[in-house]
Amino acid sequence: MLKIEFETPPLGELLTTPALQRDAMAHSRPFVAKPEHQQGLGFPGKLVDDWQDVALAKMDELLGKYRSLPVFLDACVKCGACTDKCHYYLGTGDPKNMPVARQDLLRKVYRRYFTLAGKWFPRLVGAVELSEDLINDWYSYYHQCSECRRCSVYCPFGIDTAEITMAGREILAAIGMGQKYSNEIIGKVHIIGNNLGLPEPALANTLEGLEEEVEEDISVPVKFPLDQHGAEVLLVTPSADFFAEPHVDGLIGYAKVFHQAGISWTLSSYASEAANFGIFIGNYENMQKVAQRIRQAAIDLGVKRIVVGECGHAWRVAYSFWNTLIGPFDFLDPAYPVPQHICEFTYDLLQRGALKLDAKANDDKVVTFHDSCNVSRGSRLGSVPGGQFTIPRELIRFACSHFVDMAPDTIHEHTFCCGGGGGLLTDDLIELRVKGALPRAQALQQVIEQHGVTHMAAICAICKSQFSKVLPYYGMEMDMIISVHQLIGDALVFDSQH
Amino acid sequence: MVLGSVFAVLFYLAAIILVIGVASRGARYAQTPAPLVIPTTPAPLTRTGVAARMAREVVFFESLFKGSKWTWLFGWLFHFGMVVALARHLRYFTEPVWWWVAMIQWIGIYAGMAMFVGLTGLWARRLLVDRVRYISALSDHLMLLLLLAIAGSGLVMKYVQHTDIVSLKAFTVGLVTLDWQPLPADGPLLIHLSLVIALMLIFPFSKLLHAPGVFFSPTRNMRDTPREHRHIAPWARDLPGAGPDRS
Repeated sequence: MLKIEFETPPLGELLTTPALQRDAMAHSRPFVAKPEHQQGLGFPGKLVDDWQDVALAKMDELLGKYRSLPVFLDACVKCGACTDKCHYYLGTGDPKNMPVARQDLLRKVYRRYFTLAGKWFPRLVGAVELSEDLINDWYSYYHQCSECRRCSVYCPFGIDTAEITMAGREILAAIGMGQKYSNEIIGKVHIIGNNLGLPEPALANTLEGLEEEVEEDISVPVKFPLDQHGAEVLLVTPSADFFAEPHVDGLIGYAKVFHQAGISWTLSSYASEAANFGIFIGNYENMQKVAQRIRQAAIDLGVKRIVVGECGHAWRVAYSFWNTLIGPFDFLDPAYPVPQHICEFTYDLLQRGALKLDAKANDDKVVTFHDSCNVSRGSRLGSVPGGQFTIPRELIRFACSHFVDMAPDTIHEHTFCCGGGGGLLTDDLIELRVKGALPRAQALQQVIEQHGVTHMAAICAICKSQFSKVLPYYGMEMDMIISVHQLIGDALVFDSQH
Repeated sequence: MVLGSVFAVLFYLAAIILVIGVASRGARYAQTPAPLVIPTTPAPLTRTGVAARMAREVVFFESLFKGSKWTWLFGWLFHFGMVVALARHLRYFTEPVWWWVAMIQWIGIYAGMAMFVGLTGLWARRLLVDRVRYISALSDHLMLLLLLAIAGSGLVMKYVQHTDIVSLKAFTVGLVTLDWQPLPADGPLLIHLSLVIALMLIFPFSKLLHAPGVFFSPTRNMRDTPREHRHIAPWARDLPGAGPDRS
């Protein structure tokens, strides 16, 4: 099998900026998509013969469709404010992982073919032709960006490298160089309805097993309904919640909340996935097609509300893009936000006194919270800006007595990606994932030492998978990472009066 | 008089290219849709809030302040030194001189110095910080050199070699009133004016487009209201996936 040898970076001081190490990560590149993964998404199966022409035509098309591209490509003044902000740069020291340098891989081609300065004075402005070497650099370094938007917080013009990475990946897919991991997964959603390729009988079986497990555990008949017509709520959650650890404990937490609140709900076997990797590959049509299943399921099941489970990029797509992609939602109950996040849902119930939590249940834990990048910088929770920071923390405080935050420049809008977001959560990129987790691991280590933190809660399936895989590389326990709704579920008081 | 005519023609040409160049770029930005709602959050919920965010960005360089204190300090000194120095120059184009332009004359000199210090600091960072040096193209250095030379030649005329200010004003007012006058043939002045013309010509074809660009930046100028307001680009409306039944 795949064997990648590398050294885990030493934890060291929090947020130390490394010296440049040229080409330190030039070897890192994920598997290229096979023809069957490409074609199902409407992309050519393998590298097309006239790939340069196709790439430039695609770039031209995207420049006309996304205002972010011409503005961001023109506006950068190379001030350097972003250069020490990317977790992949901090973890690897490879200068092409500095956001501006990552953008420049595309910007220098843009300048060469689409600007007067680059056509007339290419050397002066650093414009170059689209060569085979450069396209390989694109493939390598546009798969070393998790589209987390941290750099965009510090840019005086709001340049968001995620937008450039998405464009780079879309061009790569259009010439036949898509990424296997993301494209294979999107293909599964198009055909089966979830990232795992879990068909309806397997899903039904899993949910039945969960019902038995929970009833055995707490003697309360908590249900996990599937395809139940006429339910009040359709819950759409990342499919990792169905079986992966620690995700499944989060799903159990949601189910307990629904049970105790007495609100009927259902999962859908047709739309059994909240994740939408269409955003990762920057392709509007695929993102729309993935999201479309959820609209269809909501109509078919006749629900009144859609609630989304704990998943970072899924929430960005749901919150920020669904109304655009698959709206309007005039068939749902206008009394509730569409979509609603499970944290908003639970928080609302707690505010109304419809749930009772006993924080003693989590007295054995000292908890910190990892803000997931897409929730923090690409969406919102609640009705006021910044609710994405306060609501999960308030939920944790309801559910447990010991909570501490990590260093201020690593939380809220300054939060670091877990290192596995943006379609990089694949074993062929394990070196990148471990190194990219360095800043978060440093901040976590600090609160472990200073406050005896035992657990880090998150509201993202990718964060949870990534941390349980990479924390052990830094000498931390894999089960430190937990779902916010695990804490809620464990603290929930079942009370027959409700 | 030949010198005056040459510079007059160059100024008109540079002004036309500057205005048309920036306007056409701005028009391109304005016509290109932002198909998805992508403000960097937390983001304002109202248009007033967006205007305030943009104002903080443009006046105080809010994001840059979060990003790098040194770059912020030097960048702010340079930009606001330049704004005040430019305002000071209005005295060459107005007769009688507007009262507030007369009032800021003394600050204008310090502003010129602030510009010089800011630019020097920015260049020092570009040369000394390995990360910033790595991302700099030749044009990034030359741009700073050009601006430094403009500020420097201006300060030289104030402190080292005075120019014939009365004749100069006749020339500049003549530019505005289309009544061309001779230009004093002083070295520092001719250098100063030539470099300004060069800057005007370069502006629409270079990274100086960050000035209009920031106003079009979707991560800064969009409201965070995707659930409340359906946002859809014209090209996306026509996609097969948009469905026939939806507006």
